[in-house]
Amino acid sequence: MTHHYWRKLVNGLMFSLTAACALTAVCVLFWILGFLVWNGGRALNLDFFTQLPKPPGELGGGMANAIVGSAQIVLVAAVIGIPIGFLVGVYLAEFGMGSFPFFVRYTADLLNGVPSIVMGIFAYAIVVRPLHRFSALAGGVALSVILIPTTIRTTEQFLRAVPRTLREGALALGASKWKSIATIVVPAAIRGVATGMILGIARIAGESAPLLFTSFGNQYWSTSLGNPTASLPVMIFTYAISPYADWHRQAWAAGLVLLAVMLLLNMGARVVLAPGAAHKT
Amino acid sequence: MGTLERSTLSGPPAAVPGDAAPGIAPKLKISRLNFFYGGYQALHDVELTITANRITALIGPSGCGKSTFLRVLNRMYETVRGARVSGEVLLDGEDALAMDVSRLRRRVGMVFQKPNPFPKSIFENVAYGLRVNGIGGSARLNEAVEHSLQRAALWDEVKDKLHKSAYAISGGQQQRLCIARALAVDPEVLLLDEPSSALDPIATAKIEELLFHLKNICTIVIVTHNMQQAARIADDTGFFLLGNLIEFDRTEKIFKTPSKKETEDYITGRFG
Repeated sequence: MTHHYWRKLVNGLMFSLTAACALTAVCVLFWILGFLVWNGGRALNLDFFTQLPKPPGELGGGMANAIVGSAQIVLVAAVIGIPIGFLVGVYLAEFGMGSFPFFVRYTADLLNGVPSIVMGIFAYAIVVRPLHRFSALAGGVALSVILIPTTIRTTEQFLRAVPRTLREGALALGASKWKSIATIVVPAAIRGVATGMILGIARIAGESAPLLFTSFGNQYWSTSLGNPTASLPVMIFTYAISPYADWHRQAWAAGLVLLAVMLLLNMGARVVLAPGAAHKT
Repeated sequence: MGTLERSTLSGPPAAVPGDAAPGIAPKLKISRLNFFYGGYQALHDVELTITANRITALIGPSGCGKSTFLRVLNRMYETVRGARVSGEVLLDGEDALAMDVSRLRRRVGMVFQKPNPFPKSIFENVAYGLRVNGIGGSARLNEAVEHSLQRAALWDEVKDKLHKSAYAISGGQQQRLCIARALAVDPEVLLLDEPSSALDPIATAKIEELLFHLKNICTIVIVTHNMQQAARIADDTGFFLLGNLIEFDRTEKIFKTPSKKETEDYITGRFG
């Protein structure tokens, strides 16, 4: 009988332990959210989205240039990273037998685990040094190197999930392998592939380390992709370590805006992947 | 259900397979066919002549090589790594193993075990084969799609929802859609790999009735697990065992007076 009670006790204890941990994790998340909303929300106003930063010591101003700058850098990264990642993913999923594809897959996984600051150093070496200047282009290259391996693996994964019978159906009608991939396999997997791309973009949009010495920063509008360019994550870093209270407030606001963008991208990805969004043709 | 009786009552035509009688042309002539998956030999010296405009059924226990044989005829085996074939397959006297594979597959269509409609509309499913083969023009496509769906006895059921998803119709309808899709490119031969094994008896009966009509426009080769199905619809039947074609003859002969003991044992349910 005592054995029975002991078992019940252990069961109860373990359940409480896991539930308490789950509660803690959720609390921490909401704590961060609360902090951001409380501190950032108070600092957020129209100026934040429309004004350039004010010089240190002057109150007010905004981060309009950093918002646009972030968009530019991420766009550059997407233009480079999405097509390459997608096509490599297609290659691995459709022609992925043998030692070279294995090597490619392994490299992609390895690249996935490389710290993002190392990508920054890489972009510094191949773009900043030859051009002798920091630029949105360099930042975009650094972020694209992060985007490529995630796009490769999600593309491959979703293409592989397309049933073999669909490929055979297309081949049996006289379609070439390439045509069956382009007209049947990719369209069948496109929602998953697109979701992976959106999540990849959401991830790089929040990166700061690779941008520190690639796109650097700028207090003004950047007029071309070849100039140093402000970005939200780097602005948060710069403002947060400054001694000015007003900049601290704006760093919170920038954090909140970045979080909102992530949330929107994540929700967008969910909508794309939702079963209700299945083809309606 | 009328079809089932009709086909058994009328029986196959009088000519035997390979007969050189006028009007009964050999459509596919297979000789000394050996097939290997890597080091494993799946078919041994298969010799077989498939006659035009008839239904040829291939029966035998699981793993006997009948599906492999079917997949040689349109070279679907080429998607399997390490698969290798030797021997000769002649389609109207042309070397099927050497001709352009896309051309071969347009001439020799295939329907699979499980319905595999593309995640597209019913219309686009049927039009797919035409599109990949470079046939366009909306008037021409509309006409071809309707014609194919009618040939597959599906038109009346789907004519009001041509642009709905192919997944919105029943499994039996999906399989007839796959037949329509295969027919759209006007194949000379239609291969069916256990086309009704995933369907209920009513849907199966519809497919069988359909095949019975289709043999007027193409040559049909069907792999089936179901001996009653072979007996009901096939003009000729081949029995495979362990990668060997044991016996090939008119269906009536195979089921009533088989000349090989293995065939008789299988037909009477002594194994398999």
